[in-house]
This record gives sequence, structure tokens and C-alpha cells, in this order.
Amino acid sequence: MATQVDDARIIEFDVRTDEMLVNMGPQHPSTHGVLRLVLRTDGEIVSEVEPHIGYLHRCAEKIGENLTPRQWIPYTDRMDYLAGMNMNLGWSLCVEKLIEHELPEKAKHLRVIIAEMGRLASHLVGMGAYGLDLGTFSPFLYAFRERERILDLFEEACGARLTYSYLTPGGATADLPNGWLQKCEAFLDQFEPVIQEYHALLTTNAIFIKRTANIGVMSGEMAVDYGCTGPVLRGSGVDYDLRRDGEDRYTELYDGYAFEVIVQRDGHYPKDHDYPAVPKETVLGDCWHRFYVRMLEVVQAIDLVRQAIDRYSTASGDWGVPIKLTHKLPKGEVYLETEAPRGQMGFYLVSDGSSIPWRVRARSSCFCNLSVTSELCRGCLIADVPAIVGSLDIVMGEIDR
Amino acid sequence: MSGQNLVERLSKRFGGKITGSNLDAIDPWIEVAPGGIAEVCEYLRDDAELRLNLLNCISGVDYFEADPKKAAKAGWEPHMEVVYHLSSTFNKHTLVLKVMLPRWKDDVEGELPEVQSVAGVFSTANWHEREVFDLCGVRFMGHPNLRRILCPEDWVGYPLRKDYEMPLEYHGIRGR
Repeated sequence: MATQVDDARIIEFDVRTDEMLVNMGPQHPSTHGVLRLVLRTDGEIVSEVEPHIGYLHRCAEKIGENLTPRQWIPYTDRMDYLAGMNMNLGWSLCVEKLIEHELPEKAKHLRVIIAEMGRLASHLVGMGAYGLDLGTFSPFLYAFRERERILDLFEEACGARLTYSYLTPGGATADLPNGWLQKCEAFLDQFEPVIQEYHALLTTNAIFIKRTANIGVMSGEMAVDYGCTGPVLRGSGVDYDLRRDGEDRYTELYDGYAFEVIVQRDGHYPKDHDYPAVPKETVLGDCWHRFYVRMLEVVQAIDLVRQAIDRYSTASGDWGVPIKLTHKLPKGEVYLETEAPRGQMGFYLVSDGSSIPWRVRARSSCFCNLSVTSELCRGCLIADVPAIVGSLDIVMGEIDR
Repeated sequence: MSGQNLVERLSKRFGGKITGSNLDAIDPWIEVAPGGIAEVCEYLRDDAELRLNLLNCISGVDYFEADPKKAAKAGWEPHMEVVYHLSSTFNKHTLVLKVMLPRWKDDVEGELPEVQSVAGVFSTANWHEREVFDLCGVRFMGHPNLRRILCPEDWVGYPLRKDYEMPLEYHGIRGR
């Protein structure tokens, strides 16, 4: 209906835009895999975001009902394919909890070395890919340069570069090869000073801060309410890390290790004199803080690997011989969560007394972390959507399982 | 707080809505009636001592054995379980709650069993309940947006049920 307006100025200020539905994905480089976001936009402002998942659903839980726990290990690799070692660890510990298997001392330290190296590799991709999301390409190349060397080390230990199946119920498939520890230490010595480059490229980069500071702010209560875990939770200032607060079966791996949970307390991160200062524009719980927690965890992981190498080389026992492929499981059900790079990865195993589980369930950290997207993106700009989704550091393989 | 104390405390407060418990299991659990799960969760979350504020996981488990010989030895009647894993970010407490449901509502095949939704208590339950609905076929009453999440909208059946059969074809894609 045409309206009659006498005053021309009213027309000038009465420009309206229509609401529009925009499909972001499933094939979109900044959605980290096959994630589809349906945005309801009004001009540049996003009023609603609806994530659609399931494009990478491979029925891992159903498959698990037909395989023995050790046979299912390769399927855990393919969940969070950027941190396969940590997925192996979570499932192995869950099975060991059910069969009440005790690990030798050396196997525990081996697991810490491998899990923390996995965390390093995973956070490097998280960091590099976040740069890509925000339109800078070079950090990605820097990150992959270092990640290659970690993958080389993993390849030497187990023969695979992405889907390791190395840690397994009972221990690991093999001991670390001769000379591996020296190579690992050489890598850490080379890697540690390089972190400064990442801080220069991203953490303290003015454009990066502009893109991430005060964007997607999430309070601690909201993070807990949505079940967010890992760096996403700690980036909101909640002091919770399963390596310290988890179940005994998991925390005993880290018994005696010196480490402090990376979280901001009274405006400071632990031992923050070594790190770049937190910019004034940032707010606790925004994208920048989530990224920063990840960066600090890289430093922490290096330290933990060093400590683990020392303990491993003097520990007694073997590397942990895997259980039989058809080990009979006792009747019962267990649930165990571990601190994977992206958050708490939980496995739930129900057994009816045979060697094949009755039901397996994987609680994915990214699944919960992603569910907060629609809440975080309400009212933000379209360009901020990749910044927010990227800061959650999701891997679709883990969400869809 | 010991498990026994907690069960007594919950029974005192919620009466018949706490229907059982197993404190000898590896992860001890408490059974809650399908209609009381939301208020029990809310109490556990807000209680100053327990503060179980993090809902880790909701899983559906189908107990059904098609083979009558094996079913006789199984030791349970066919039923559906919904398992809630809670923990606290303030102290190290964890808790497992279970809701026992019939496999089909009123034993009419195709009618989904019903349980109260906890999406109003924990926002994370929103997606977890959608997943349980999608894969195990449990209807969560009061859920704001209960539709399939991992499978396509037009998928038929509930894949994690033990009597599920793969479709022969889906949009021209051959199954089995």
C-alpha cells in the first residue's frame, strides 16, 4: 500500500530492510566442516541463528554395540579427528574403569605425554583455523609447520598421522620407539620460543583484537547452563578442569604434576608475566579470552610433556599391554569423562556381561559447546558469526559422531 | 554426603517420585519417576550443598532382546532407560539419575514413551533430549523444540532401539 507523505525528510529516514534467511554452510570454509547455520538477518544484523548438524553422522554408537571395546577404538579416532589420541584415552579409561584394570606406572606417564602432545596438535589447528575464520592466512601455515612435527612424532610411535588407535584399553599398542623422547624434547625446545610468533601474529594483533574483543560474550553461569566445557568454559572464568577435578581414575594420571588450571582469577592468568598483557578492550568470556586460554594451554602442555618425559624415563613397569581383543566385560555400566582439548569428552558404557557392550554412548564436548551458538549470535553482525563459531573451536566429526 | 543420606533426603522431599536406587553399582544411581525428573534436577542444581549445576549427558538405553531364549536369561524385563549424568563445578560431586520407561507408551507399538523435559532447568538438555528423541525414540514432554537432530527430518524409526531395522532405501539410496 502506497503511503502519502508530505514531508520528504520522513521518506529519507523511513528506509526499511526486509528480513532475510541466509544459509551459511554446510559447505562453507568457516564452519569447520559440514555445519549449516541458518541466519535470520535484517541487513547486517543477525536476529537468529539456527545450527543444523548431522551431516557427518556415522552411527558410531550403533556400531559400538556390535564391536568389542578394543575394536571400537578406531571409531573413537574419527570422532574428534584432530585429537584422536585424546579420544582413544577417554574410551580406554572408560573400559578400564569397568574391568577394573590398573595401569603400570610407566603407562600412565606415557599417556600423559601422548595426551598432552595431542592437545598441542589440536590447539595449533584451532589457533590456525581461527585465523582463517577472521581472514588471515599466515598463522595457519605457521601452525601447520609445527603440527607436522608432532604428527611425525606420532607416526613414529604408532604408524598413523591422523587416526592413531594408539592408546587402547590396557595401555598402548606399543612402547615408544628408541630415541623418541630425545626427538620429542628437541621439538619442544624448538617449539617453545616460536609461541612468541603466534602472539605477535594473532593474540596482540590490533585487527585480531578488534575482531574478537567484546564479541560473543558469555558469562560463566551461561556457559555452565549450556554444558560448555574446556577452553570455552574456562574462557568465561569458571575454574574447572577435569585434569584436576575429574574422577580419580583420570586425575591419578596427573598425580604429582605441577600445573595450574588456566583461568582468569582476579584479572590475572596464572604466571601471566610471561605472556602478552590482556588488552583493555576485552571482556571476560568473549572470543578473545577463549582463544587466549587455548594459547596458554599450549604453553602448559609443553610443560606437562616435559614433566611426563622425566617421569616416564625413570618409571617402573611396562608401557601397558593391551587387553585381549575379546576381553569379557563384567556386567555393569560406567561413565567417565576426560579433559579433551575441546572440552570434556565422556563415554558411557553399558555391559550385559559379554565381550560386546550392550550400549555405548559418546558425550561430545563440541556438541554442547555448539548448542550455545544461537544464544551468543543473537543481535551480532554477520561478520561476527564466523568469529563466534570459530572461537568455540568445533570439530564436526565429534558433534555428529 | 553419602549416597544413603542423599537418597533419604530426596525421598523425604519428593516422596514417591524417588522410585529406587542402586548404591552398589560402580556409578551409584538414583531412580526418579518420569514425572518428577525436572523438579528433582532443579532441586539438585539449586541446593546450597549439592550444587550439581552441570548436566554432562543424557543417554537413552534400550533394554530389549528379540531372541526369546536370550531374553529369558537377560535378567530384566524389556524397558527403556533415560540416564542423566550430573556433576558440579564447585565440588567434585557427580550423580547419576535414571528414569525407567516402558518401551512403548501403554504398550501400543509406535506410541513413544513420555518423560518430563529438563530443558527448562539445564539449557544443554535441549540438544541432548533432541538426540535421545531422535535415536532412541523417547518423547520429552515440555521440550521447546523436539525434533530430530542427527538424522534427517523425514527419517523413519529410532536407530538405537534394539529392534530397529535399516530401511531398504532412502530417497533412492540403497540401504542394507
